[in-house]
Amino acid sequence: MRLIVDAVITGVLSGGIYVLMALGLTLIFGVMDIINVGQGALVILGAYLSYLLQQHLHIDLFVGLILTMPVMFALGVGLEAAFIRPIRWERTTLSILVTFAIALLIQGALSLTFSTNLVQMHAWYVSHSLKIGSFYLAWVYIFDFLLSVVLVAALYVVLNHTKFGAGLRASMQNRTAAQLIGIDVERVSAITFGIGVALAAAGGMAYGATSAFNPNSQYDLISRLLVIIILGGMGSLRGAVVAGFGMLIVEDVTSVVWSPVWASTVFYMLLVVVLVLRPQGLFGRLESRRQ
Amino acid sequence: MKALRPLGLLALLALAVLFPLLFPNPAVDTVAVLTVLFATAVTAWNTFSGYSGYISIGHAAFFGIGSYAVAILCQDWHVPGGYLPFLLLPLAGLIAVAFAIPMGWIALRTRKHTFVILTIAMFFIMQLMAFNLRSVTNGSRGMSLPIPVSWSGAFYDLPFYYVGLALLLVAVALSWWIRNSKYGLGLLAIRDDEDRARGLGVRTGAFKLTAFVLAAFFFGMVGGLHAYFVESIFPAFAFDPLIDLMVALMAFLGGLGTISGPLLGAVILVPAQQFFTIWFNKPGFYLMIYGAMFLAIILLLPQGIVPALRGRFTKAETLAGPVRSGDDGDVAAAVAWAGDVGDGERGGGA
Repeated sequence: MRLIVDAVITGVLSGGIYVLMALGLTLIFGVMDIINVGQGALVILGAYLSYLLQQHLHIDLFVGLILTMPVMFALGVGLEAAFIRPIRWERTTLSILVTFAIALLIQGALSLTFSTNLVQMHAWYVSHSLKIGSFYLAWVYIFDFLLSVVLVAALYVVLNHTKFGAGLRASMQNRTAAQLIGIDVERVSAITFGIGVALAAAGGMAYGATSAFNPNSQYDLISRLLVIIILGGMGSLRGAVVAGFGMLIVEDVTSVVWSPVWASTVFYMLLVVVLVLRPQGLFGRLESRRQ
Repeated sequence: MKALRPLGLLALLALAVLFPLLFPNPAVDTVAVLTVLFATAVTAWNTFSGYSGYISIGHAAFFGIGSYAVAILCQDWHVPGGYLPFLLLPLAGLIAVAFAIPMGWIALRTRKHTFVILTIAMFFIMQLMAFNLRSVTNGSRGMSLPIPVSWSGAFYDLPFYYVGLALLLVAVALSWWIRNSKYGLGLLAIRDDEDRARGLGVRTGAFKLTAFVLAAFFFGMVGGLHAYFVESIFPAFAFDPLIDLMVALMAFLGGLGTISGPLLGAVILVPAQQFFTIWFNKPGFYLMIYGAMFLAIILLLPQGIVPALRGRFTKAETLAGPVRSGDDGDVAAAVAWAGDVGDGERGGGA
């Protein structure tokens, strides 16, 4: 029982990181109908950027985000303009292939620069733990969680209390109608893609601080992220939050009760059950014909 | 022009049959075997994804299942190297089918966009299973297949080539037959407007699932043949996400939904891929070239070579616009709309 409680706590804390990355993905889908399969590779790119700053400029991982997030934001805006906007037909389907290609480019570039050896980040909060009762928790989990809370709260404020946020939500509800009432949907799309990629940078740092990674880790990440946004319901921000936490809690509890080997399989089985009962996911709207 | 077509096809077939005899170089023939295998896979994939518009990025899972099926059956039944393992291929296809039916049933409950993602997720789940089910798959240590010791040198590729070619011919014939059947028309209707197709009485669920499963059957056989060809399999290579990308890329390059397009795509891309792997043997560099190639094809030639050429040569088609699912949908909608108006007028007249 104690072990299960501990597992739930780690699940919630590390779930925050996945929520962050999945929010970027689901935001992009909601506004642009684009599925960014490159999110996993962008997360890993973010992790390597933080690692570089720490190794060469001795900038703390969390402080480094002040630099990496704007850089990744700019990269996102650039990628959108160069590769996503030119897609004129079958946007959603082709976007999957295009972003997959971007993922390969990033993975290839990272393998060339850093080789495929596993990288482990070092910092005092990675090696020191907080003792709660008889349970040890590395500080980095707590910091990661706080980071997620701050960023998700910031996103919430931007979405709900700014003019840009209103435009973004309008584009999410109905792209054409938003365009008709004078919202610059192209600009909103570019910025949304940038935000999604910037969230990947933060998620990447947080992910890299808790687990060793190499350029191939993108496959593991993207499959988890896709499963999270399908389970939550495509384009549903609330769904991404619930499914992100749910996934990590189920995984951590399974690895304690059964075996770490089966941790993600159990979650995938859960996905199958949900999809049989609710094909649109937990909070999604039914996808049907475009009008 | 029309009379020349059968002759042209016969000439192509003769070239395909005679190819290994004309070029008895083992290195060339290895590429030929891989080309034939991928051409089979992409033809089967196109019969599902190209016709129905449901893009699957997860059929490589069935390739992996077929690979493991042949490896495990050979091991359990002590099948010696030689011609016998080829007889296991239909069985490998059926095993893939056994997986494809429940997976397809679940995945096809969702609509196009979610479906694509779900197939990716399912693919990774199967890869994970291959790593984790150690008692069955031997985990990351992989499995080896019987080695046909008596086939040596230039002869080694021949049996694989001809078995692969036979599979390819069956796949192409099936794809052609489906394209010209009422069943194929139903699949195309699903691509254009699923709800309307359903309203008109197309049994969309059954149509999609059978096409999905049929493609899985061929992927299973191709996977099995590939496993026997390379002699050993590992989870990361039997379940390789690049296989799916490669197949999708071939179809897009040649022309999604056409019969000759995917074949052309395979003939161009497989040798190109082999060339890049050999010349840029740094894994990262190879991935980058691959990604760049992919981006270039999709952004510069989104409709594919065959429809683009056809559009250039046939004036009528140029006027009507290139054949694309989106445009077809609009045409279908326009026709239906015209029909509605006609009905209305008739109603008004009475």
